Amino acid sequence: MGWFNRLKDGIQTATKYKREAPDGLWYKCRSCGETSTSKEMRENYFKCPKCTYHVRIGSGEYFDIIFDGEYKELFNELTSKDFLEFTDLKPYHERLVSAKKKTKLTDAISVASGNVNQLPLVVAAMDFSFIGGSMGSVVGEKIGLAIDHSLQSKTPFLMISKSGGARMMESAFSLMQMAKTSAKLTRLAKAGIPYFSMLTDPTTGGVTASFAMLGDINFAEPKALIGFAGPRVIKETIKRDLPEGFQTSEFLLENGFLDFIVDRADLKEKLTDLLTIFSIKNAS
Amino acid sequence: MVFLDFEKPLESLYEQLEKIKQVGAEGDLDVAPMVKELEDKIYTKRKEIYENLNGWQKVQLSRHPERPYTLYYIEQMCSKFVELHGDRYFKDDNAIVGGLGIIDGQTVIILGQQKGVNTKMRQFRNFGMANPEGYRKALRLMKMAERFNFPVVCLIDTPGAYPGIEAEERGQAEAIARNLFEMAKLEVPIVCCVIGEGASGGAIGIGLGDRVFMMENTWYSVISPESCSSILWRSWDYKEKAAEALKLTADHMYGFGLIDGIIKEPFGGAHNDPEQMATNLKKHIKKAIAELQIMTPEDRVETRIEKYSQMGQFDRVTVTEKSKKTAKS
Ligand SMILES: [Zn+2]
Repeated sequence: MGWFNRLKDGIQTATKYKREAPDGLWYKCRSCGETSTSKEMRENYFKCPKCTYHVRIGSGEYFDIIFDGEYKELFNELTSKDFLEFTDLKPYHERLVSAKKKTKLTDAISVASGNVNQLPLVVAAMDFSFIGGSMGSVVGEKIGLAIDHSLQSKTPFLMISKSGGARMMESAFSLMQMAKTSAKLTRLAKAGIPYFSMLTDPTTGGVTASFAMLGDINFAEPKALIGFAGPRVIKETIKRDLPEGFQTSEFLLENGFLDFIVDRADLKEKLTDLLTIFSIKNAS
Repeated sequence: MVFLDFEKPLESLYEQLEKIKQVGAEGDLDVAPMVKELEDKIYTKRKEIYENLNGWQKVQLSRHPERPYTLYYIEQMCSKFVELHGDRYFKDDNAIVGGLGIIDGQTVIILGQQKGVNTKMRQFRNFGMANPEGYRKALRLMKMAERFNFPVVCLIDTPGAYPGIEAEERGQAEAIARNLFEMAKLEVPIVCCVIGEGASGGAIGIGLGDRVFMMENTWYSVISPESCSSILWRSWDYKEKAAEALKLTADHMYGFGLIDGIIKEPFGGAHNDPEQMATNLKKHIKKAIAELQIMTPEDRVETRIEKYSQMGQFDRVTVTEKSKKTAKS
């Protein structure tokens, strides 16, 4: 388990990849209420050391966990624009500026290619900190380009979803990204290139109802909220309380929509297994 | 007659007209000039109202209680129609109807969301909000169309896919996602039309096609104006504002290049002349099918995927691409 040790060492010294990781010296667990140090959290893949609660992390942290040591970020030149001049309580273009400033990200998704235990993989990972991980034109386009990149390099594609759904400020353009990403994925399927879809907390709305549910393999982190409609909307519609554990990863696994649940500490190993299995060609 | 809030000025004019006609019918008073004058007034008022509809008013028209629904158009357009039921896995969803039909000698699979025409039927149709089995029934029919080389016609009219416990258990998201994936590569022509409400994933779940039309007074958006108001304005009171901001009308959608055409409605909305509306719809569907049938299946699918691949608005900035080290190295 060489890579595991390297990773542990690395995370201790990492300071620049804090994007969505807990800031400050102390972290109070949202699940069990216990307090841990940031150092303890990093050493433990941003899981609560007491109860294994998986804290939301960003694309940068996932790339750190997954890739061997070096990776290349792709398509960062794309940036959202306020095409509809959408204003609710705040103009969309202002929301974009402050999201970029706050997160140091270009949008709610980052794409990278690199190796996972020497096996090449293209990864697109969403950032919830950027306007709730919402899917606008840039998210759809970057997924499309990531798929193109997978096709050209004949490399498997991993999508890490983490999103509240569509970006309302892009209205129908946002909606059409569901069609666009799903249409693009048919090309990957046709070319026989594996598509892994990992769902993390939270994955809801138009993201779940398009690329996130279309993996050859669908898997999730433990106890993630995954659904089509948000719990609040369902509660308002049916006018009664929701059952315990409703719309969790475990609920989806039980209902047949996930292949498995993976602890973040085992993610790289699991991916390595999948990539190894898929890379073996028929002996003939 | 049902008058929407912005149609209220017409209501009193119509009332006056009725009264005068009654007087004319009862006595020997010549009411013709007064009738003519009132009719002119009504005409002018209608023009003034319907030629300047804003987003929210079109949303209201799309939900007009007298507006024709999917089964009406199917009856009008098809010389024969056999409704087919069930998804073959779980049950039949009454919010989506579909079957085999003949439109002027061409066999098609035609399907769509169906709303109820009265209180009892609205319940039965679940207000046009489909469950996963509805989307799976639609997909079953589309795959049948592919086997027999029949074009697919989808009529969209939904306030959204149903947000319920059972819908989530049975994979509402997966059902919609699967339809998008399968529709993108379906080998037969797909022609879609928004005939009323086109709300979000529930609409696009049967809405990916070679040609997508919208009737003039319909809307298509990622979210209903009401829900948008409640989320972004944190109040239900901004639905008119939300409707404007979302730019959800057929004109907007066509202008953005997100749909392929607008189908004209009779003056004042489809319900004013449902037969005429069905005729217009049929004309567009037939023309689209004819255009698509001359393409090879491979061309059609490639063109369809390319069409959707182009949808999006963004900017490009210059960045220096460089490799990054993971935190561990
Ligand atoms: Zn904890």
